[in-house]
Amino acid sequence: MVTIQFVPYTEIENLSGLGRIRKLLNIAKMNKIVLLQGRLRKEEEAELIKTTMEEIDKKFKGIELAVINPSQTAKDDLQKFKYGFLNMFFGETQGLTIIGPSSIVKNIKKDPNKIELLTKEAKR
Amino acid sequence: MLNKIKQFLKSFFTDWGPRQNFKLGLYGPPNSGKTTLANKICIDWLGEEMGKVSPIPHETREVNVKEKVTIKAKDGRELIFNLIDTPGIATKIDYEDFMKSGMPATKAKKRAREATKGVIESIKWLDEVDTVLVVLDGTQDPYSQVNVTIIGNLQARNIPVLICANKADLKKCKVKKVQSAFPQYEVMGISAKYGKNIEKLYEKLFELARK
Repeated sequence: MVTIQFVPYTEIENLSGLGRIRKLLNIAKMNKIVLLQGRLRKEEEAELIKTTMEEIDKKFKGIELAVINPSQTAKDDLQKFKYGFLNMFFGETQGLTIIGPSSIVKNIKKDPNKIELLTKEAKR
Repeated sequence: MLNKIKQFLKSFFTDWGPRQNFKLGLYGPPNSGKTTLANKICIDWLGEEMGKVSPIPHETREVNVKEKVTIKAKDGRELIFNLIDTPGIATKIDYEDFMKSGMPATKAKKRAREATKGVIESIKWLDEVDTVLVVLDGTQDPYSQVNVTIIGNLQARNIPVLICANKADLKKCKVKKVQSAFPQYEVMGISAKYGKNIEKLYEKLFELARK
């Protein structure tokens, strides 16, 4: 069984960068797939990878990560402006971040239009 | 803010003369050919290799620096830089994956431990490099989040970037796909192993160094 936990942006909005990473990583380490509304900042994404590496041990082997960023697929400058404007006032609420423990999620394939989450078969 | 001050000071000084001793970083996911490219550059200009390469991921587990690499353009211009070869950035490392290549468990565990430290070092060095060649395996899916995160972080730090779609000697290499994944960047198809487009890359370095 795979558990997906939805995290609304409001739950991380007021946390520090490290606090956000800690919260998301703790959920992933409980063998749950995190579905975060919105995105981390670019620097926080790198910090998430760094913190993940620091925590790798016998049980926890790392994460699979995918971010869907609507401003990257914006068709024209007007759309880009719209997303930029929304981000400026409402934070990085646009898009979706998926963080899955690598013990469960084998791979996340992403192209601009679709996202495929491949899970591992449970060991019996 | 600190990055902006750093960028301002950098541009202030570099605009007044030839840029010397800047740090050229090689970044990318594991097994994309960073060390192969570093070796090609070092053999061409220093006559010696920089590091070992292997088909098993995470062969490079420490940041390697080769100081004062001097390359020359056809018109006589010279460019001197410190070449920084970084371990591949990954979001997961499992020692059992190394064992699948026939590595004994103790060695695989040690390699995994060192590889995690290597990724951390690579990320720390993002604050040190001045210009970056992002080396991607052109035969692999360019949309991976590691690629996006590396490039996004370089963009946030205002570091000039050239994306190298490596392994262009292979039919499976899709330079156009890499370009469509990162339309705002210049993508150059290269083969670090066989030297394809390497001369063009050296020319491009002069342009990058001026940014």
